[in-house]
Amino acid sequence: MKILIVDDFSTMRRIIKNLLRDLGFTNTAEADDGTTALPMLHSGSFDFLVTDWNMPNMSGIDLLRAVRADDRLKHLPVLMVTAEAKRDQIIEAAQAGVNGYVVKPFTAQVLKEKIEKIFERVNG
Amino acid sequence: MDHDNISMGDDFESTLKSHARQLTESLEKGNFADVVQIIHQLNQVRDRGLYQEVGKLTRELHNAIVNFQLDPRVPHAQEVSQISDATERLSYVVTMTERAANRTMDLVEECAPVVNGMADEAQSLSVEWQRFMRREIGADAFRDLAKRVELFLARSERDGAKLSGHLNDILLAQDYQDLTGQVIKRVTTLVTEVESNLLKLMLMASQVDRFAGIKHDHEGLRAEQEKQQKESSRGEGPQIHADKRDDVVSGQDDVDDLLSSLGF
Repeated sequence: MKILIVDDFSTMRRIIKNLLRDLGFTNTAEADDGTTALPMLHSGSFDFLVTDWNMPNMSGIDLLRAVRADDRLKHLPVLMVTAEAKRDQIIEAAQAGVNGYVVKPFTAQVLKEKIEKIFERVNG
Repeated sequence: MDHDNISMGDDFESTLKSHARQLTESLEKGNFADVVQIIHQLNQVRDRGLYQEVGKLTRELHNAIVNFQLDPRVPHAQEVSQISDATERLSYVVTMTERAANRTMDLVEECAPVVNGMADEAQSLSVEWQRFMRREIGADAFRDLAKRVELFLARSERDGAKLSGHLNDILLAQDYQDLTGQVIKRVTTLVTEVESNLLKLMLMASQVDRFAGIKHDHEGLRAEQEKQQKESSRGEGPQIHADKRDDVVSGQDDVDDLLSSLGF
């Protein structure tokens, strides 16, 4: 299980990386926005994408849309972990095809629940 | 100064009214020399007012520039400008919070294997200890167990001291809150000051608009602003008054409810 973590703040990437490791996911890579994430997704055979929304250059929602529009990536499970808390935005993400939405600040428990739920659905 | 503005504007308006009456009277009488004279006078009053208001506005702008030390022609303006100073202060806050977060995470990452190691060894010793209590082990095995217990005790003492030191360092790493809090308070004061000065400039500029008869497309500007805000794909960052707004979720439970209502 290879996971890509996309966030423009290195501290947040580190927090998510640590939480994922506690959940048993040790194979992770990091990118600081959509433009650096996309080429990694194309070449890296990732199984899961965790992304922030608000980032310079290419935002998380645009990254999500790019992933869904790409034939090779469109089935990749995407979890959004973001401070964006407007109802319209959550609906927008849902319509763009997000698999889960975690609003910051979050707990380890919430992250675990959402990831497990996504895998249940993907495998089931 | 605001008082002057109002009286100046009122003066212009009363002149305008009285001259308008004279103007129609002269027009009706067919006295065109007077008509031209009145129009000329009106123009003069308007121009005088306009020059005065533009003058005041320029002076205030100049004062604002001096106050905030924004003039790039002044030597060392970069170092003394309050705005670039504020920008630097905020960058300092970002650096400090990032450093504190990384320091804390470094220490937590160092603590985790120590704690896990202690727990694992305690568990394994506990199994052996139960066997000993049930008299299931022989003299050789007991000597091994005693040796392990001795090592474990020594290691616990050492690891305990290490953990306690790390916990203290984690505590100390939170000192950024005090330092960044002070910096942010100063920047907040500056922002308030800039806002009130901008407001003053805007009031003076509106006086110029009045004399010059300039009309702004406020609705167009507002529509433009709202359009920009609607482009949500850029993201807005954390919401400050989430609990007081209907269009914002107040936590993960709200998100889950919303998503399940959408069939997730």
